[in-house]
Parts: sequence; C-alpha cells; structure tokens
Amino acid sequence: MSAKTLYDKLWDRHVVRCDDDGTCLLYIDRQLVHEVTSPQAFEGLRLTGRKPWRADANLAVPDHNVPTTDRSKGISDPLSRLQVETLDANCADFGIEEFAMNDIRQGIVHIIGPEQGVTLPGMTIVCGDSHTSTHGALGSLAFGIGTSEVEHVLATQCLIQKKAKNMLVSVDGQVGVGITAKDIMLAIIGKIGTAGGTGYVIEFGGDAIRALSMEGRMSVCNMSIEAGARAGMVAVDEKTIAYTKGRPYSPKGAEWDQAERYWKSLQSDPGAEYDEVVHLDATSIQPQVTWGTSPEMVTSVDGCVPDPANEPDPVKREGMQAALTYMGLTASTPITEIYPDTIFLGSCTNGRIEDLRAAAEIVKGNKVAANIKRALVVPGSGLVKQQAEAEGLDKIFLQAGFEWREPGCSMCLGMNDDRLAPKERSASTSNRNFEGRQGQGGRTHLVSPAMAAAAAIVGHFVDVRTLEV
Amino acid sequence: MDAFCRLNGLVAPLDRSNVDTDAIIPKQFLKSIKRTGFGPNLFDEWRYLDHGELGMDCSKRPLNADFVLNQPRYQGAEVLLTRDNFGCGSSREHAPWALFDYGIRAVIAPSFAEIFANNCTKNSILPIVLPTETVARLFVAVEASPGYRLSVDLEKQQVTTADGEVFEFAVDAFRKECLLKGLDDISLTLQHVEAIKAFEEKKRVEEPWLFGS
Ligand code: SF4
Repeated sequence: MSAKTLYDKLWDRHVVRCDDDGTCLLYIDRQLVHEVTSPQAFEGLRLTGRKPWRADANLAVPDHNVPTTDRSKGISDPLSRLQVETLDANCADFGIEEFAMNDIRQGIVHIIGPEQGVTLPGMTIVCGDSHTSTHGALGSLAFGIGTSEVEHVLATQCLIQKKAKNMLVSVDGQVGVGITAKDIMLAIIGKIGTAGGTGYVIEFGGDAIRALSMEGRMSVCNMSIEAGARAGMVAVDEKTIAYTKGRPYSPKGAEWDQAERYWKSLQSDPGAEYDEVVHLDATSIQPQVTWGTSPEMVTSVDGCVPDPANEPDPVKREGMQAALTYMGLTASTPITEIYPDTIFLGSCTNGRIEDLRAAAEIVKGNKVAANIKRALVVPGSGLVKQQAEAEGLDKIFLQAGFEWREPGCSMCLGMNDDRLAPKERSASTSNRNFEGRQGQGGRTHLVSPAMAAAAAIVGHFVDVRTLEV
Repeated sequence: MDAFCRLNGLVAPLDRSNVDTDAIIPKQFLKSIKRTGFGPNLFDEWRYLDHGELGMDCSKRPLNADFVLNQPRYQGAEVLLTRDNFGCGSSREHAPWALFDYGIRAVIAPSFAEIFANNCTKNSILPIVLPTETVARLFVAVEASPGYRLSVDLEKQQVTTADGEVFEFAVDAFRKECLLKGLDDISLTLQHVEAIKAFEEKKRVEEPWLFGS
C-alpha cells in the first residue's frame, strides 16, 4: 500500500461509494447547525416530507444573531429573533439537540464543537459555514457547505463530493516570542494569496505548527478558507489526545481506548506525496496587520501601506487602489501610524480562553487610549466566559475600559447590534476584512489578540513586542 | 432545481477580483428565512447609496449611478463577467439565490471560490471558467459594444460571441448532468440507501463512540 496523507486517510475512510469519474458519496459523522444557513434546509425537508437520517449526528446553536448584551429580555430585533426562534422550533420538530441562547454551553459554533468534544479526531464534520475548517485542528476533515448541502446531509448523512488535491504548508523552525498562531496564518495567506489554496485541502505541519497549542492550531485552521482551501487540518499528536480527553461528548472507558488507538494513526505516512508543498520560515514571521479589504492584503507591523504604483499587474493595482480608498489610507503610511477607534476581541478565530489570556496580559494595569471609542471583548462561548471570569480576566478588561460581553459572533460580521459605523476603523481579531463585513463602510484591520490589545492601550498599531507593560 | 437551458444573454462586466459573498449579499439580508426575494439586494452596498435593510422597498431607494448593474445598457443582464476568485468568503447560499433572483444565469471568471461555485450548480447557475486573457478580451469587447451578448451552450461546453468566436470550457460531468436535467441531489443519493446503511453498520463497529449510547 502506498504512503497516504492525512487527508487521503480521512477521505478513504468515509467514502460510501464512487462513480468512475470520481464523484463520491462521502459519509458525514457530524453536522453543526446555526440559525442563519439552516432555515431553508429544514423547510426543504418539510416540503419533501423527509426526516433527518440521523438526528443524533447533528448539534445546533444560535450564534450569529444573538445579542451580546443582557439577554434576559430576549432579542429586540424582530428579524434576528425570528431566525433564532426558527432554529429552536426546527430543532424541536426534528429532534436535534440544541444549545439554546441562554444555555451556558451556547457560543460560536466553531468554538463549542471542540470545547464539548462534539467534534473529534478522525471525523468528517460539516456546517453551513465556511469556518468549519477550524475543526480540522483536531485531525478531522471539516469543511463549510451551502444550505442545499445542509439539507442533503440532514436527509442522507452524506455529501456528493470529488476529492480535492493535497497541499502541505510547512512552517519550519520556531516563531519568536510574541508571535501567535494568527500571525503565522496571516503570513501564510500573505504568501499564497486568498485563492492559493483553491482546489486543495491544506495540511499544516512543521515545527512551528507542532509547537502550537490546540487553540492556536484552531486559529490557523479557521482561516484556511481565507486561503481558498476546502479544508485545513493538523495531524493528531499527544496534544490532540490530551485536549480531547474528558470533554462532555468525548468517548469514555473502553470506547476511549479504542478511539485513542485509532486517532493515533491520524498522521500522514512518511513519504506521502502532496500535489503542492509550501515552506515558510517561522523565524522570519513578524506580527501581522492587514491594511486592505482582503486577508492577503497584509504586512508586518514594521511595514508600510504598500504603494499601488509599484504593482505591475493592472488588475491588482486597481484592486489595491480601491482598497486604499475604501480603507481611507494613503500609500506608504507606516502601519504604526494607523489609529483604530474600535477594538474587537472575539470570533471563532480568536475567541478562546488562550486568546483572552494573551490580550489580558497586555491590558493588565493599563487603560484604553483616549481615541478608542469602543473596545469589546466577546468570549467565544459561555464556558470560555465563565473560565475567564474565574481567572479574573473580566476585571482586567473592565478596569481598562473594555466592555465584557455575552458570547456570539458579534462584530465579526455584525448581524446583531455590534457593528462598525461608516468609516469607523477596527483592530479586530476576526478573520475577514472585506468591505462592509463589520458594518457598512466600516474599516477592518485583522490582527492577533495581543496586537489588538496593544493597539487598544497605545491608540495605534504597535509592535506588541516593544510594548513596556 | 430548474434545468439549465441554452442561453443567449446580455453581458454585464463587474471589473473586480476577489468579489466576496458579503459583497454579493450583505449580512443583514441573511436574516430572511426564505430562499427567494434576494434579487433586489444583490450587491446592495454597491448598488444603492443608502443603507439597506431587509424588507425595505428597494424601488424607492437612491441608486448608485456609477455601479455597473445600474447603467441602463446592462439592464436585463443574464451573464456576469468578472475577475479572479469570484464568490470567496462566506459559504452563504444566499449569494447564488440573489444572483438567480436578479436574473443572472451564468457567471464567467478566470477562477471561482469553491463553495460558491458548488452552490451555484445547485441553483441553476453555471459558473464558467475561462482563461485570464480570454476574460480580459471579453471585458474590452463588452465595454466597447453596448448590447453585447454571449451564447452559452452547456451541452457542448461552449461560449460563443456574436461574431461566432467559440471558447470551450470545462465542467464536471456529474454537475453538467444535474444542471441539464435539473436533477435533485438528495433524490440521487437516496438511490444508494442500502450502501449508506451498510457503511453505517461497519462504522458502528469500528467507531462506536460516534453513535451515542
Ligand atoms: S465568528 Fe465570524 S467567522 Fe466565525 S462563525 Fe461567527 S460570523 Fe462566522
């Protein structure tokens, strides 16, 4: 038998059947469901009189529309309320488990999956959400799908798919002090571009990835879609096993032993071949800040906003010019002379406990700068929030002038009330700096939690490693 | 799903790369729990000068005259010509729903984001990949000649200009069949119920922890 990549192994193990042209039925172990991309899928089931194939393979949670302020009075926006209530009703009707809005376990769908042990190594995991790639950090095949496919998985427990190509992104050596998973991933996207991974599943490897915590690996895999990849994944190691053990939905007893034996085989074989291999030198990665309206428009904090005049490709040049106009930036401005007015700490990229700890370490004993109008901390789940409070992180943030919110997607996309006004500028730990993403006309700079916290204290972007705190 | 028929349609040029699904249909419209009615809000933030919300009467809103789809010569466009990596970002199927509702039946670009392209084929929209240079030439031709149309023949996998110039394109055989016949994926998959059940039985033994207790 020839050497296989991790993706090959996960794929092969889930193929139910294949046609000659490579169109396969892929078995799906777990579907996560949220309120935005599921109503039309449930409606489809109703219209055709179908039932979920395996209701117990699904878990639902409302996250995009939920308010991050006091929830005791429910949701004030009638449209958001209807969408969340529709999820509640659909889950009740179809027998699907849901962590409802006021459940302590509620949170962003990609945070709660690993946190609960609902997503596990070796699984195929889907959700009507492109950041499903997050779960690949556990050594699973996890990817986002559209609503028609959500319905397809509900009805058949399968998806119709063709296999993608294999890409290895190897981050060699170790990153310097103060460099985070987010910086690594932004540097990767800066190198391969937002379409660099199109048609591929990316396996992240190399010393720097092995050295990351599970939370850090999730931040990396989370943004695989920002590189265009179908999925991102990291091989199983001792950290994966240790992280998974004892979670509420993880296997126990003899089943745990059986699972652990299997999971330990979830690495690429020596000599496995990839269609594409990309190497990054970890030691050269600096703290990253995006300057434009696509995640590939990124540079180091010691860099400058690039000058479109230096770009030879006319289509790219115009894109850069349009981005600078939208962002209200002038070419050649040093990144450290950009002043955000809003700080957003949260999202499925950076809403985990480790992220809040990293930010709190910078914030501790300091005050938010006078030019910052709003600084939000939105924990990724109710349990992350609870843990942070147990560690006193909420006090650190509150004393510095941050707001301490309830869990949800919040200003990552602003479907609830948390959004940027036109021309407001954020330092955001989320994953997308698209036009209007955080609010119409809003301007987003993507950074790590530590870099967002540093910007909050100093009032402009600054190399977190030079900060005296 | 509706079958994809042969098409001879007016072409509108959207000269940007990396057009993301947030731009195609902004988040506030995702609060709808329906599959239809997204057309008036397609490219909402580029198309209108005010801020749009779900349920607004779009016929009364101020239009951005500079936006390509608002120009009189492109009214009724069925083919959208655009640049690299169209449809990147969010997996929202609301993006193809909005394009279809607006009247777009085919999108031509040098490359597409994968989830978006996949979602299109499930909603009777054909994503057509043509080489970068061909797309660049088409942009010049469209802008130079008002009323510019292209014919799309999915059966033959060809795009034809009014002058008779032909460009071949590739399409996945399975997707082609589904589009041509308007086939529904779920019914197709349910023809393999026995295979799925057998697979599941094996899995229950190999990975019992995946099956609750
Ligand atoms: S936090 Fe942002 S990116 Fe993540 S699921 Fe929510 S909206 Fe999507």
